[in-house]
This record gives sequence, structure tokens and C-alpha cells, in this order.
Amino acid sequence: MKSTGKILRYQLRDVIRGRWILVYTLVFLLMTDVLFRFGGSGDRVVLSLMNVVLLLVPLVSIIFGTMYLYHAREFIVMLLAQPVDRTSLFLGLYGGMAIPLAGGYAVGVGLPFLWHAGGGAGSALGVLLLTGVLLTCAFTALAFLVAVLFEDRAKGFGAAVLVWLLAAVVYDGIVLMVVTTLWRYPLERPLLALTMLNPIDLGRVLLLLQFDIAALMGYTGAIFNRFFGSAVGKGLALTVLVAWSVLPLLVGLRRFRMKDF
Amino acid sequence: MSLAVTSSVCLGLLIPFTVGMAQDIVVQEGTSVPTLGAAILSARPGDHIVVRRGVYREPTIVIDVPGITIEGDSGAVFDGEDAEDVLLVTADSVTIRGLTIRHVATSYIDDRAAIKFQEVTGCVAEHNRIEDAFFGIYLAKSTDCTIRHNVAIGRKTTETKSGNAIHLWNSRDVLVEDNTVSGHRDGIYFEFVTGAMVRRNVSTDNLRYGLHFMFSHNCEYWDNVFARNGAGVAVMYTKGVTMVGNRFEENWGSAAFGLLLKDITDSRVEDNVFRGNSTAIHAEGSDRIIVKGNEFIANGWAVKIMANSIDNEFTRNRFVGNAFDVSTNSRSSSSRFSENYWGAYQGYDLDRDGYGDVPFRPVRLFALLVEQYPPAIILMRSAFVDMIDLAERVVPILTPETLVDEHPLMEWRQ
Repeated sequence: MKSTGKILRYQLRDVIRGRWILVYTLVFLLMTDVLFRFGGSGDRVVLSLMNVVLLLVPLVSIIFGTMYLYHAREFIVMLLAQPVDRTSLFLGLYGGMAIPLAGGYAVGVGLPFLWHAGGGAGSALGVLLLTGVLLTCAFTALAFLVAVLFEDRAKGFGAAVLVWLLAAVVYDGIVLMVVTTLWRYPLERPLLALTMLNPIDLGRVLLLLQFDIAALMGYTGAIFNRFFGSAVGKGLALTVLVAWSVLPLLVGLRRFRMKDF
Repeated sequence: MSLAVTSSVCLGLLIPFTVGMAQDIVVQEGTSVPTLGAAILSARPGDHIVVRRGVYREPTIVIDVPGITIEGDSGAVFDGEDAEDVLLVTADSVTIRGLTIRHVATSYIDDRAAIKFQEVTGCVAEHNRIEDAFFGIYLAKSTDCTIRHNVAIGRKTTETKSGNAIHLWNSRDVLVEDNTVSGHRDGIYFEFVTGAMVRRNVSTDNLRYGLHFMFSHNCEYWDNVFARNGAGVAVMYTKGVTMVGNRFEENWGSAAFGLLLKDITDSRVEDNVFRGNSTAIHAEGSDRIIVKGNEFIANGWAVKIMANSIDNEFTRNRFVGNAFDVSTNSRSSSSRFSENYWGAYQGYDLDRDGYGDVPFRPVRLFALLVEQYPPAIILMRSAFVDMIDLAERVVPILTPETLVDEHPLMEWRQ
């Protein structure tokens, strides 16, 4: 495990030297700041950022994550020739990717809120930051899983985009289909379960419930509100979001340890 | 008692001789007329009763002498002591002015009010202040009355435990203006009222409705403010309603409406402002309503119009920043939308005649889906929903074909 730290440190330096993380941070920084200048209050900025964050963060995380692991192939092979155990290496690589991405996001979104004095966004900003960071971790883990599973880069990228498309867009189509076909039944609880299963949907609903537009969501919204308002609901939501990072990472790690380079 | 008998006997004898010779009666603690009740006993028609400063605790004061004026100095307070009605007016042409009335107890049997007018004409209640009352000003079977410049602040408990601030039942030709009411069940409540004019009132923070009426034909509502009421404004089973220049604001909640129209026909809703309501206008079974020149800003739903509403006309309204501009539960619609300004409109105006060259369809597919399958609302702000909305906007298949604004305005002026 000592080597994890070493690898992590090296990776972080490498990522920062690569400068793209600065661009990533800057994009969020500019976007948030511009929204503040045009939109005004903190709550509205969070609401506007929501859609961007829910789409962009997973997309960038999964694409960059996949790309990064394919790029690092020679480096991995070289390191594996050294007395470094595979678990440390894999986790070091993962940390070296997920930490700068999450950090860049948090800094990019958070700083403008600091210099605009929060704009009165309290808990909504907290949920936005937490959701973004956890989505980054989850989709970087998925990226690593994809990159480990597919030897072929083209296939790997295809799979990565597909995973993102499924989670960000197609999944909601399936949810809508379920609603329109089974609407005669009480659907609130199944919908709650369906929402919990997809990290992006979960993030979206958690964020929506922070705003007063939750009142538009009628009976269904009230059920969701009560569930996510309770300690059990909050704990479960957090667990699911964390599980979306941990599970793909564990599966990826298993494959990585058995992989023949 | 003997005084009372004597005075009423004298009264009967004197009336023919004293017409036009109104006297002033002063009510003051520690004098020969220590209570308003005593003053009424000695009053003759047309008298002017002045209530001096002080807190008066009396059983229900029945005002049965016609034509008298009761005027309170500042600090003239009637404490209902949680008894029954405080002032009960049963004679015509009585004016009650400048009194403060507080504490009227909740009753589940009768409608106790601070000031109740029962079967009278020509009554006036003005510049009164009513605090912590069950019902505030209550008119039953009364005509040609004026309720003006009163303030009623309720105790804001629960809907069942509180009454209405201004309550009119079975009355005609009443003027209700410049009143400020809050904290009651309904701010202004009409049932079987005709020909009333309601203007410049402020009805806020009531538990249920800011304004609520049923079976009250041909009434007019001008320049009122209805804000932050538990369920907004709901009006029902009425024809010939005129609502102009009112503000419906911040009636927010899953069961709150800026303006709920239920079986309202042949009416006008013009130049009002709807801001920050979860549903600005909800129309159900409402026909031939002209909705013109209104502003819909930052509402959840600006207009929810059910398919059982026909022949309504929406023109020259402004829709800006609403989550849903128009929503309906049917694929066919018989209401017309024309020449409105739509914030979401993305068309252009090449011939510069002020109207967009491309028709605007205000009903999003998602709005229709939510109306038919309410749980679908959970997909709000999902990327998928934005995509199908876009697709539907380009090639409309499912959204109501007839619900289209052929001439959307490029700019909006009141």
C-alpha cells in the first residue's frame, strides 16, 4: 500500500503537468461565474448548473478515464516489471485520475460561489458539489472497468460512450416507458427504486428536491421528498452513489489483477 | 331596565318629531353611557355614537336602530372575550367606523363574527381593525353595503379552526375596497353574491384561499393583491366574472393555485400579473373566458387548461420563465391562443410586422405526458425529456394540433 501513495503522487504531478485539468477547472469556473453575472441568485445558478453537471461530469470522467488508462498502458507494463503489487498500482492510477477530476470540478464550481459570497445557495450548493464529486468517482471507476475489459481501444471508447449514453439518456427513456405502460398501478415506490439505481437520475432528483420546484412534482414528488428527507433515505442515496464507485472499481481490480499484459 | 323601557317608549313617541335632529351620544367608561349597548338603547334613528378610548367587554351588541353611525376614537377596543358575535347589525343604513375589535372565539356551530350584518341594506363598515377573530366582517342577505379600508388579521391556526375575514352570503351590490386581510381561512369569501365590486384589497397569508367564491354572478375584481395564500385563489360555479389588474403571487405548494377556475363561464381575466405560483391559472369546465394582457412570470405551470374547457381565448398575454407554459390533458383543444408573447419562442420575424413567422406550440410533449401520467414528473429536467420535447417541437405528432399560436408576438407591451 506504500507504493499506492508513491504512484498517486507521481500521477497527480503528471496530470497537473498535462494542463488539461486546468482547462476542465476553468470551464466550470467560467460557466459558474457567467451564470452568476447573468442570473443573479445562488439558487438559480445551482439550478442552471445542474443539467450541465449531470451531463458533462459523467461524460468527461468516463472519456478521460478510459483514455488515460489506455495511454498509461506502457507505463503500467513498465511498473509491473518492478516489485509493485497490482492492487496498489490500480488504486494509485484510479486516485491519480479521480482526485484531480473531482478537485477540478469542486474548485471550478465552488470558487465563484465563494467570491459571489454564496448568493444564498446553502444546501443546494452542497448537494451539487457532493453529487458532482461522487459522479466523477463513479464514472472514472466505470471508465477503468471498461478500459480493463476491452483490449481494443476503439471498442473501449465505444463502450465508454455507450455506458454514458445509457445512464444519461436511455435510462430515462426506459423509466418513461415503465411509467406510460404501468401507470394504472401505484408507481411511486418502483420509481424510487429505479431512480436509486442510476447515479445520474439519483443526482438529478436529489438536486431537484433542494429547490422549490419540488412542489411541482405533486404526489410523486412528495413521496420522494419524504424518502430523501429521512435519515434512511439520505444514507441510502449516499450509499448507492458511493457503491457506483466502489463496485465497478472492485470488478475492474479483479480483472486487472488477472489480466495478461 | 326601566330606563331602557322609558327610552324606547320615548323613542317611539319622538320619532315623528325628531327627523333630521340627530343627536350625538358619547360612550365612555365611568360616564352615564359606559357601554355601546347602553348607547344603542337610547339611540334614535340617525344618531351619531362616538366611542371613546377604552377596552369594552360587552355581550353581543345588537344594533337594531336604523341609520345610526358608530364611530370609534383611536384606542376604542371591543374585546369579544371569546364570546359570540361582537357587533350584530339588524337595522338598515348603519355605519361602523374606526373600531378595533378583537378576540372572537371559534365555534363549530355558528359563524361568530366581529361585525355581522344580518338582512340589512345600506350598511357601511370602514376603517375598522379586527384582530384574532373567527369571522371578520360578515354579511348575510344584505344589499347595497360598503366594506372599506378595514384591516383583519386572523390567528392563523388551522383551516377548520378559523373563519373568513370578509364573508358575504346571499348579498347584492356590495362594494369591498381597500381592505387588508390575512391569517384567516379565506381572505374574501362570497357565496350567492351578485353585483359586487371588489377592488384594491390585499389578501395575503391566509390558510386556504385569498379569494373564494361560488354562485356569485356578475361581480368585478379590480387591482387586488392575492399573495402567499395556502391554496391561492379558487372561484367556482359562476358566470360573468370580471378580473382586471389583480396580482396573484407566490401561491406556492403542490395544491396551490394562482387562480383556479372551476365551472366559470362568460368571464374576463385581463391585465393581471401571475408571478411565482405553482399553477398560475387552472381552468376546469370553464367556457368562453377571455384571458387577455396578463403576465405569467416564473410560475410552475402558467396555464393548465383541461379538455372540458371550451372556447376560451388567450390573447396578448406574456409568458416568461415558467416551467410549463401551457399544459392540457387532451390531444384536442378548443381554446384559442393567439398573439401572445412567449419567452420560449425561438422563431423569427422576417417581414418585421411584430409577429413571429413560425407558429408557436406552447404545449410541451412532457407537459402532456405528465398530465396523463403524473408520476412521469420525476423525469423533470432530464436530458431525455429535453430531447423528446425538441423532437416533438420540430415534428409535432402527439401534442394538440389545434393548440398553437399562429401569430406569436415578438415583443410585448401592456
